[in-house]
Amino acid sequence: MGGFLLRRVAFAVLLVAVASSAALVLTRLAPGDVTADLGPGARPAEVSRIQSRFDLDRPIGQQWALWAGRALRLDLGDSYLYNQPVRGLVARAALNTSVLALAALVTATVAGVLLGVATGRPGTSRWREVLRAASLLCVSVPPLVTSLLLVLAAARTGWFPVGGMSSIAAPTMSWGSWLLDLGWHLCLPTVALALPIAATFERLQSQALTEVGGQPYLVAAAARGVSEDAVLWRHAWPASLRPICAVFGVAVGALLSGSFVVEHITAWPGLGRLMFEALKARDIYLVAGCAATGSLFLAVGTLVGDILLAYVDPRVTEARA
Amino acid sequence: MNRLGVVVLTLVVLATLGASWLAPNPPDRRFDALLYAPPTPIHLYDESGLRAPFVRPLRVVNRLERQFREADDASTPLRWLSSQRLVTADPDGGVPLLLLGADGFGRDTFSRLLYASQITLALALVSMLGATLVGAVLGAVAGYAGGRLDDAVVKVSEFVLVLPAIYVVLALRAALPLVVPPATTFVALASIFTLFGWPVMARGVRAIVRSEREQDYVQAARAMGAGPVRIVVTHLLPAAAGHIASQATLLMPAFILAEATMSYVGLGFPDGTPTWGTLLQDAANVALLGDAPWTLAPAAAIFLVVLGVNLVLRDVGRVPVQ
Repeated sequence: MGGFLLRRVAFAVLLVAVASSAALVLTRLAPGDVTADLGPGARPAEVSRIQSRFDLDRPIGQQWALWAGRALRLDLGDSYLYNQPVRGLVARAALNTSVLALAALVTATVAGVLLGVATGRPGTSRWREVLRAASLLCVSVPPLVTSLLLVLAAARTGWFPVGGMSSIAAPTMSWGSWLLDLGWHLCLPTVALALPIAATFERLQSQALTEVGGQPYLVAAAARGVSEDAVLWRHAWPASLRPICAVFGVAVGALLSGSFVVEHITAWPGLGRLMFEALKARDIYLVAGCAATGSLFLAVGTLVGDILLAYVDPRVTEARA
Repeated sequence: MNRLGVVVLTLVVLATLGASWLAPNPPDRRFDALLYAPPTPIHLYDESGLRAPFVRPLRVVNRLERQFREADDASTPLRWLSSQRLVTADPDGGVPLLLLGADGFGRDTFSRLLYASQITLALALVSMLGATLVGAVLGAVAGYAGGRLDDAVVKVSEFVLVLPAIYVVLALRAALPLVVPPATTFVALASIFTLFGWPVMARGVRAIVRSEREQDYVQAARAMGAGPVRIVVTHLLPAAAGHIASQATLLMPAFILAEATMSYVGLGFPDGTPTWGTLLQDAANVALLGDAPWTLAPAAAIFLVVLGVNLVLRDVGRVPVQ
């Protein structure tokens, strides 16, 4: 287990380093830089002042070395767009994104696993076909489509806010009503993000449970007089968790990709929007900082997925060790 | 194969191919009096009873609030099979047939949607072919050769698979100038999509080639003096054909969605080019969205394609994954 973990952590570190460096280099190589923002009439002195502030006057290798050296001490440089240190900006956006992503992940996992058990358990039910059809529909609506539809519904009914993370009055609210306000704003983007993932989990759980179905140890348990529910939850279900844990890492990637669109449409001030703004403005250190944070999320997500997988199926560590 | 899925996908393809004939209006034609006009109702009855389908001209009631009213005193019969179109009303007389309403420039949403699907689907098709070709070749070579080459392909494809696709595409797209002509955008997006689409294909093909390589029929071919290229192309790749086909089908909706996302946020095709993504930009204005829900038509088109593909692949026995 130790060696396995070490290897996965090493991969995570490599992922963060490569992703953020690649983002830095790509942004630097892209035509134009932040000074384009000043317009064609900018004074040369002003342009060169800004270029030297963001190390754009140095060769690319040297800039990378400088940035990497500072990044190791957790100094991610300054943002041109916001005229603030990148670290604070990225931390705030990352917090917002993780609130959204966690809410979606929990919703998707709970809904997907419960519905998957319902459709995958032995016996027949009228609801099974309905649920299957519903899950196929849900897996076919990408977050781009869902969030637009939900925003449309919200705009017409006024039941939910169409965008943003908090009401205008939020700073003056008490803690309790602030949380309620946040939850109210959270509903729409969470559903948009969670729907296809929940449907995927439902399919996987249902299939896995059906496959486990005929195993002799389940028959043995039933023969010992264990109740139907206990056979399902204590014996069949744990053995069927493997496929879900195996796609957990992929699901985190899907969450990050999906949250970009959802954040864009519902104006959620998260990492995706920040990175998009930074990319468009060629705000080089902000791009690199966002890439570092995003890949850190991803690395942690896959790591958790791997550990879960190793926990429910110890063969994994032995095979890879 | 699921019949419903095949029907849906066939309809989409036919609508795309026949866009110029099916569209009631040219995609760029602006009807200045009809900004954000609702879909034109088609009537079958008037005071004198049943008659051939006709439409009534729309009169502006309040331009600011985009309110329209049908004129009671005039009617325009639909013209079938005229001027190389299936059906149209009288666009030159100011009475166009707007099946899905009009956009902010007074252009026909339905016609634009049809023309848009040509570009969107062509891009997805080209990217899919590119990703399939690159993935199949790399996967087959890696699986057959083994050793260091194999390791390298596996590592790189695993790495690309872990990355959240949309950010990679964003970063790569942002590395190009922000405003480029449509043809350049097409080539750029196709290359970028190919670049992140191949690993899925390569991984599966590699696994199949690796296990098939040791089979008797391959050994026999080798014993009879077949070279590596011949073995891979005529013996091993056909074994992976089923996997290649289902993966390629899955790539299509992924690329369609990627195009829509990129164009929606403004990093894809320029505004004037109709694609599903640029058409969706009209839906970005929430204040208007409530009054003009037909601007969401491209979203419905995307949903139809994804649903069709998932339906087709469900019966092949694959879990649909986004």
